[in-house]
Amino acid sequence: MQTAVIDKEIDICALTDLIEDAGTTALINDTQIALFYVKKTGQVFALENYDPFSEANVLSRGIIGSIGADLVVASPIYKQHFKLQTGECVEDTSIAVKAYPVNIQDGRIRLTFLGKGS
Amino acid sequence: MSKKKLVVIGNGMVGHKFMQAIVKDQARDEFEIIIFCEESRLAYDRVQLSAFFSGKTADDLSMVSAGFYEDNNITVHMADRASLIDREKQLVTSEKGVEIQYDKLVLATGSFPFVPPIPGHERDNCFVYRTIDDLNAIAEAGAKSKVGVVIGGGLLGLEAAKALKDMGLKTHVVEFAPRLMAVQIDDGAGAVLRKKIEQLGVSVHTQKNTQNILPGEQCVHRMNFADGTHIETDLILFSAGIRPRDDIARESGLEVGERGGIIINNHCQTSDDNIYAIGECALWEGKIYGLVAPGYQMAQVAADQLAGKQNSFTGADMSTKLKLMGVDVASIGDAHATTENAKVYSYVNGADEVYKKIVVSEDNKRLLGAVLIGDTADYGNLLQLKLNDMALPEYPDTLILPQRDGSGVTGLGVEALPDNAQICSCFDVSKGAICQAVSDGHTTMGAIKECTSATTGCGGCTALVGQVLNKELEKMGMEVNTDLCEHFAYTRQEMYHLVRVGNIKTFDALIEQHGKGYGCDICKPTAASIFASCWNDYILEKPLAGLQDTNDRFLANIQKNGTYSIVPRIAGGEITPDKLIALGEVGKKYNLYTKITGGQRVDLFGARQEQLPLIWKELIDAGFETGHAYGKSLRTVKSCVGSTWCRYGVADSVTTAINLENRYKGLRSPHKLKFAVSGCTRECAEAQSKDVGVIATENGWNLYLCGNGGMKPRHADLFATGLDDETLIKYIDRFLMFYVKTADRLQRTSTWMMNLDGGIDYLREVVIEDSLGLAETFEQEMLTVIDSYQCEWKTTVNDPAKAQTFNAFVNSDKGDSQIVFVPERDQVRPANKNELKATLGA
Repeated sequence: MQTAVIDKEIDICALTDLIEDAGTTALINDTQIALFYVKKTGQVFALENYDPFSEANVLSRGIIGSIGADLVVASPIYKQHFKLQTGECVEDTSIAVKAYPVNIQDGRIRLTFLGKGS
Repeated sequence: MSKKKLVVIGNGMVGHKFMQAIVKDQARDEFEIIIFCEESRLAYDRVQLSAFFSGKTADDLSMVSAGFYEDNNITVHMADRASLIDREKQLVTSEKGVEIQYDKLVLATGSFPFVPPIPGHERDNCFVYRTIDDLNAIAEAGAKSKVGVVIGGGLLGLEAAKALKDMGLKTHVVEFAPRLMAVQIDDGAGAVLRKKIEQLGVSVHTQKNTQNILPGEQCVHRMNFADGTHIETDLILFSAGIRPRDDIARESGLEVGERGGIIINNHCQTSDDNIYAIGECALWEGKIYGLVAPGYQMAQVAADQLAGKQNSFTGADMSTKLKLMGVDVASIGDAHATTENAKVYSYVNGADEVYKKIVVSEDNKRLLGAVLIGDTADYGNLLQLKLNDMALPEYPDTLILPQRDGSGVTGLGVEALPDNAQICSCFDVSKGAICQAVSDGHTTMGAIKECTSATTGCGGCTALVGQVLNKELEKMGMEVNTDLCEHFAYTRQEMYHLVRVGNIKTFDALIEQHGKGYGCDICKPTAASIFASCWNDYILEKPLAGLQDTNDRFLANIQKNGTYSIVPRIAGGEITPDKLIALGEVGKKYNLYTKITGGQRVDLFGARQEQLPLIWKELIDAGFETGHAYGKSLRTVKSCVGSTWCRYGVADSVTTAINLENRYKGLRSPHKLKFAVSGCTRECAEAQSKDVGVIATENGWNLYLCGNGGMKPRHADLFATGLDDETLIKYIDRFLMFYVKTADRLQRTSTWMMNLDGGIDYLREVVIEDSLGLAETFEQEMLTVIDSYQCEWKTTVNDPAKAQTFNAFVNSDKGDSQIVFVPERDQVRPANKNELKATLGA
């Protein structure tokens, strides 16, 4: 897997480009990022789009929701759940996808890559 | 050691049961087994014989699983009657001249229908009702007849009357006694039963003594009665009781009863220790048992005796519960209160035509018998009270009085029953067996049915099995949780109701009013499906888009590498050459892998998300519309080519298939729906494996419901026969809407129907007889769905903003570089792991 080496905040798109309570995909260099917009709380989450179970770039196409107190996305292929906050897989806690901090400024989505990814 | 020879004469239900019992036993290896079977068919279900007239075939009725006798090394002499037993030489000789020496012999020769010696009984078009051959002859004659008479108003006679009615004949029942079912029920019950049966259009004539049968004037026969009256009829069925077939025993000198029947002891042995007799040919303590359950008991006893085990036949319970022509009838034990000093309690409800009677012991402590007509819900409880000799409540009449204050059924709780209490008598399932099934994880009625077969015979024990199930679940501390998910404490059916009644159109409103949390991948698509079934709005509209499973959100079927497959609608499987070419051109242009589906369509694989609107633009321009292969909705209506081309076809199956597909396309449902239409009974469209199957006959369409293929295939049930186009559509409308409204999430029609209390019969009541008074609502709601149909792809490609949401990335025009295809058999397929590595170099 290639991950971009960026340590500054970069502008991705407008908040209005996202789909309410669903996922959208962004491309940063060669890395695919799934963006999830939870309308009720106004939050946007960013996870790596690559689903480690199906080995395909599909997480942005999953359904988002909650399990207990955690917001999650369900992989559209084999239905494992990943926490939006941390990227941790609910069914198999040894597995996690990368989670990225999101900053919403003036209606724009800004993403920070903290150093080099895996 | 050479094997002992075991010869069995007769392969009816009891004869077959005996074989099943013996092959299960270790002692089976001691025997070489030979069977003589007089009929040209192996054992079949005579109890369900009348189902032959509502569409069941001889194969459906067969009780012998394919290869059973071959696999168990049992020799069967088919269509060969054993005609002679030489007891001295221990030799059986057959009509065809086969001679077999035996060590042990079992007689399961059954009975024959008694035909009263009325002058004229041997005329043409006079039948008995016993074998499939009889039924074939009756069907043939029935097709040329207008009026039919059944002589004999007993259990079998009323079954036969139903068969005549099903064939469309004006039907009469002629009974010598003053009431119907004289053996099982009393006068009061007989009157209620008679009224109900007459309401069904069957004329009942009691106290009629037929003097002779002569040529008729309007019909084939004229039956003259002793009281001077007469009836004209084209066809006569004799159902005046049975007589044991004991001729072969009699001729070989075995002891037989004064009025027939081979005398047996408690071990089912005849007067010759080496010869056993079981079933309706056997006479035990002066009694012939004309029901199958006691015959089965005898079969088991004889098998155990041959295996050297302890087991005896000590009489059998003759209680019965059945639905006769749609009327519930049950009789338990001493129904006529012949026990000395017995007390009788009865309840008659003239308005609802319900009759209940119980017979109790002098001290009011024990139940001796009961009769129930019109409402047999109490049967299970009463039977258990009787069979287990349990103490009655202080006021026994509370057992049959209606519980209108909602306090529930009095009498005994199922907990009071011992583990060995027989709950299902058809399949001999004990309470213990059901409890075991529950603790093994079979926690729904459907699962219990499948695992134990309980309730799948006469269905008389359904309520009781349900009670045992619930009690067990309660004991295990398992609350039966039917909540959809953690966000909604409702079933899908309740959610549907909430949505419709509350006029709710968004998930936000639904979860705010009735749920908690943010929803999930279970409740969101369920809500989306319900919204679509109720309001049928465009599913990618803003508040709805996030609810859809990825397939519904991108209106295509996701594949393992994240690409999609596309299936345009090809209604009824009919397609023009031009459209085929268009499909080919699109496939070629976008380098799609193409495959023909089982539903007579073409599937185009390997489309990238961002290509979907482009591809669909071209398909729509070529005249295609979406095929909803991605949705829980109507998939296809498969058809054969029908009468237009086929030399066997009797109706135009293609036109009907296209009409049905266009009518129901886009209907969102709890699970996918598959239909098929066959143009004749050769059934090339395989309609009987579909949720809705339609088969053409010369009399109109036969409608089959609730079949499916897949992991657990199930044949559809014949639901209605001889329908015209209009009625066919009316029934399907009602059926589908009832299913859409009441099924659980991801519940196919088959499981849904199995879990309906009353199954297919109940479905018939709702759909055909409109017992819920909802038929018109169903039809109206279906019309709303049909009128608001839109091709979701057309709406999507016509809206640039919508089409844009298919772009792979929100901030780039690129595509997913990690989707890689490799060639295979002149097409593409997704790259496997190693191929991906080699290509991407990562």
